[in-house]
Formats: sequence, structure tokens, C-alpha cells
Amino acid sequence: MTLAPSQAGQAETAPPLLSVTNIEVIYNHVILVLKGVSLSVPEGGIVALLGANGAGKSTTLKSISNLLRVERGEVTKGSITYGGERIDQLTPNELVRRGVIQVMEGRHCFGHLTVEENLLTGAFIHGGKRRQIAEDLEKVYAYFPRLKERRSSQAGYTSGGEQQMTAIGRALMSRPKMILLDEPSMGLAPQLVEQIFEIVKSINEQEGVTILLAEQNTNVALRYARYGYILESGRVVMEGAADTLRNNEDVKEFYLGLGGEGRRSFRDVKQYRRRKRWLG
Amino acid sequence: MGPFLEVLLGGLLTGVLYSLVALGFVLIFKASGVFNFAQGAMVLFAALSMARLQEWMAPTLGWVAFPVALTLSALIMMALAFAIERLVLRQLINQEGIILFMATIGITFFLDGFGQTIWGSDIYEIDLFLSKDPIFLFEDVFPGGLLVDPYELMAAVIAGILVAVLAVFFQKTRVGRALRAVADDHQAAQSVGIPLNYIWLIVWTVAGLVALVAGMMWGAKLGVQFSIALVALKALPVLILGGFTSVPGAIIGGLIIGAGEKLAEVYVGSMFGGGIENWFAYVLALAFLLFRPQGLFGERIIERV
Repeated sequence: MTLAPSQAGQAETAPPLLSVTNIEVIYNHVILVLKGVSLSVPEGGIVALLGANGAGKSTTLKSISNLLRVERGEVTKGSITYGGERIDQLTPNELVRRGVIQVMEGRHCFGHLTVEENLLTGAFIHGGKRRQIAEDLEKVYAYFPRLKERRSSQAGYTSGGEQQMTAIGRALMSRPKMILLDEPSMGLAPQLVEQIFEIVKSINEQEGVTILLAEQNTNVALRYARYGYILESGRVVMEGAADTLRNNEDVKEFYLGLGGEGRRSFRDVKQYRRRKRWLG
Repeated sequence: MGPFLEVLLGGLLTGVLYSLVALGFVLIFKASGVFNFAQGAMVLFAALSMARLQEWMAPTLGWVAFPVALTLSALIMMALAFAIERLVLRQLINQEGIILFMATIGITFFLDGFGQTIWGSDIYEIDLFLSKDPIFLFEDVFPGGLLVDPYELMAAVIAGILVAVLAVFFQKTRVGRALRAVADDHQAAQSVGIPLNYIWLIVWTVAGLVALVAGMMWGAKLGVQFSIALVALKALPVLILGGFTSVPGAIIGGLIIGAGEKLAEVYVGSMFGGGIENWFAYVLALAFLLFRPQGLFGERIIERV
């Protein structure tokens, strides 16, 4: 089922900006969550990580940004390189300084800080470069005009969409080269999801920021991403160019909800799934 | 009217001293969500080093001993913050709040014992070069004026300055903002590149310096001795009243507790046969917990519906 990257139209020549090779992640020393995940992200690309709840999308992102340790998780095998350098042992702070920043699932805004203060925390690593920070703030407001209106509201009292914008804007303030975006559509109205993805796309195009996206909303993700990986219980079960994935029969059935040959009962679907082992 | 105001003023000024101790708790709680049980021990430790260093240098240096001892004590408190971060907090990163709390209990007993081992366990003096004679204020307004202890007046001025500086630090500076961010959400703060270790080092240093100021004022008032560590217990009702996360709350809570317990002692105490000053504050705090658990100025728990 794997489609060779060249076939998928990905630039083979340049080495990828980020490559994750066969990583295994264990939580609390006992719970094996990732069982050998490999993926690569080209510079300037938008790559989507798809899969159901608990497939290991967030864990993959957190093992790249090294936020795993906060949750007592650990990468026990494999390697992660960014720009040709091993980054497995770096702290989140060092990673943000190198340009890799994560926007966490569920926004995680600082509720008691105002929207603007939230954005400014994103510029923490830039210290006292006042002019740069002021410029970046204006840039974020240009992408998210809504945030400018709400700049002095406490973030905890803003809507889910505004919080998602704050979280993305905050990451942008660090002047990232790569954003790890975890489930931006969570709990948002379809229209808003579309709007946020549009902005993410324009950030990718105008700022040249590489995006690795974890999403459950396969439909939207595959429209904006150029390449996708599908995770199932801690393994990559399928990968390919977004178009190819979108037209794949299995993806259509399991992730896009477009059943091919008539409607089956839920029980049949479960059986079918159990029998069929994708890849391995 | 005169006696009432005198009791009130005396109470308010004592309250300021409670506030100084409560401030230390607030700083650490705000930035790391840890209730630092060791704050009282830090106050004692700081006061002991201040008193002994001053005593040791005074014969040769005279009044210069005071600023020198103060500087050295400040450095000692910074070193202590560094050691606590390195040896305890860093090892316990990502553990539950209750485990960090237990760790601070451990630090408390260590500091109480260690402080007295190296500095001695007698009663020592800190000389602030203030006259021991009380000052009379408003003598032309009231017959006899109001009797005020100059130490307490000084403590009030210092507390005022300290609060102003801290408020600016928290609200206006980059590090202060990062501190509040960490207080809100550790993980998110890490995700945007705020290093937790650095932040913790800073709050424990600031809390150590606040402990030094508190220890100095209490030490000058009561003499430096073990019982100073127990003053921290009086900071608890202050925190409950003012809110665990509010710097102004710590001050106003301190004032209410200070004034409340003195007034209660004088005007209500006789009904109970006196001696209610020691427990009145706790009853007040308990009543407060029932009606406003986040305290007067504590941050409301924001819950979106």
C-alpha cells in the first residue's frame, strides 16, 4: 500500500527538514504508545498526520518537540533529526530557539493573561529585541485581525476559535521555521476550521514555515496538506501524497466516511477491520 | 476615638509584617503552583544569617557591617534558591503538586536544623539603627497622640516599596509575564520556549529576598530566634483572605488579619476571658473559606461553559 515518495510527487532530491526514524515511545516505563513511527517533512511543506483517537498523532508531535517528558513519556528507540542534527535530547527551549515550536492540542492558552500578553510570551526567547517583537506582533494581528480586537481580554474568557488563533499567533511570535500543529480543528465550527486552515496555509506560503499537522478531521487536513501519513495504534499504516490518499478506497471508507459499496452495519465494519491488517 | 485608632494602627502595622511573610508564599505559589511550606524556615534562616553576620562584623566595621551583612545574606539566599532548584525541584519536575509540597516540608526541617547548626540557636539581635522609643503621631489631633513603634512604621514603608516593585515586575516585564504564564500552564509555557528551571530559580530567589526582608523586620522586633519560623503560620490566614495568587491580596489580607486580631482582642476578647488574638485570625480565615474560597483577590478559576 505504501506509495513511494517519488511517485507521490515529493521532492526527493533535497534532504528533508525533519526526519523521524523508527521511534518507539513508552509512557511511564510500561505503556508502549508508538511502535516504530517513521516520517519525513520537506522544508516548506505541509504534512498531515492522520488517524483516530489514540493512534499516536499527538505523541509523535510531542516526541519531536520534546514535551513528552512532562507526561513521563520517553523515546526509547529510533532517532529524530532536524536540519541534519539529532534533536532527541534537546529541551523544548533549545528546540524553540532552533525554530521548532508546537501548538498543543486543546490550545493551552494562558487563561489569566490577556490575548496580547499570550502572544508576547511566544517571543520569550527573543529577549529584549523590542522592535522585532513589535513588528512580529503587528504581523500576527495582520493574520488574525480578530485577535487585535480582543487584545486586552483575558484569554480564558475568549472563544475556542480565538484561543486557537492566540495559540497559533503565540507560536508565530517565536519566528519559527517549523510549527507542529496539533489538532487545530478540535471543538470548532466547520466554518472556523476552514478559516484557520486558510490562515495556516498562508503562513506556510508567506512565511515559509514548514507545518507538521496532526488532525482527526481527515477531509480538511488532506485538502490543505501536500502529503499525509496515517497512523493506527502506534504505527504508520499508510502514507502518500494528499491527492492519492484522498482517492484511496480504504481512506475513503475509514477516514472520509464515504462508503464505497453500499452501507454496512457497524458490526461488519469492525470485523472487516479486524481481518484486514494494513501493512505492518 | 484615640485608643481605637491606636489599636487599629498597631494592628495594621503588625499586619504589614504578616504580609511580608505571605508575599513569599504568593510568589512561589503563583509561579509554580507549589505551596512552599519552607517559607517560614527561609525567613528564620535569612534572619539568622543577617543577625550573626552583622554581630560578627560590627566590632570592626561599625555601621558598615549592616549593608555588608545585608548583601552577604542576600547572596546566601540566592545560593539557597539555586541549591533548592538544582537538588530538589529539578529532580521532581513533572511530579504531582502534593509531592512538591512534601519536598518543601523536608526543606523546612532541613533549614530549621541546618540554620541553627551553623548560626547557633540563641536569641540574636539585628540592629536597624532605629530608636527604640515609640513615636507619637497626630499629637495635635488627639490628646496624647497615637503611639507607634518605629520598627513597624519602617516595615510598612519597606513593604509598600516591595509590593510596588513586585507589581511592576509581574505586570510589565518579560520575565514577570513568563512567570505568570508558567503559573497558568507549565506545559504550554515550556512549549513556547520558556525554560521552567530558569523561572523557578528566579521565583525562589525573589522569595528568598522577600524572606530576608521579612526576617530582618521580625528579627529586629522580636529578636532572632526559632519562633520566627512560626510567624509563617500566621501567613496562612492572610493567604486565605487575600488569595494565594495575589500580591496586593497578601498585603490587604495581612492588614485585615493584623487589625482584626488586635481589635478583636481589645473589644471582643474580654467576653472570652482574653487571649483570642492567637486564634481569631484562623476563625476569620475559616469563615472566609466558606464564602469566598479564592480569597479577596485570588484569581478566579476560569471555566468556560
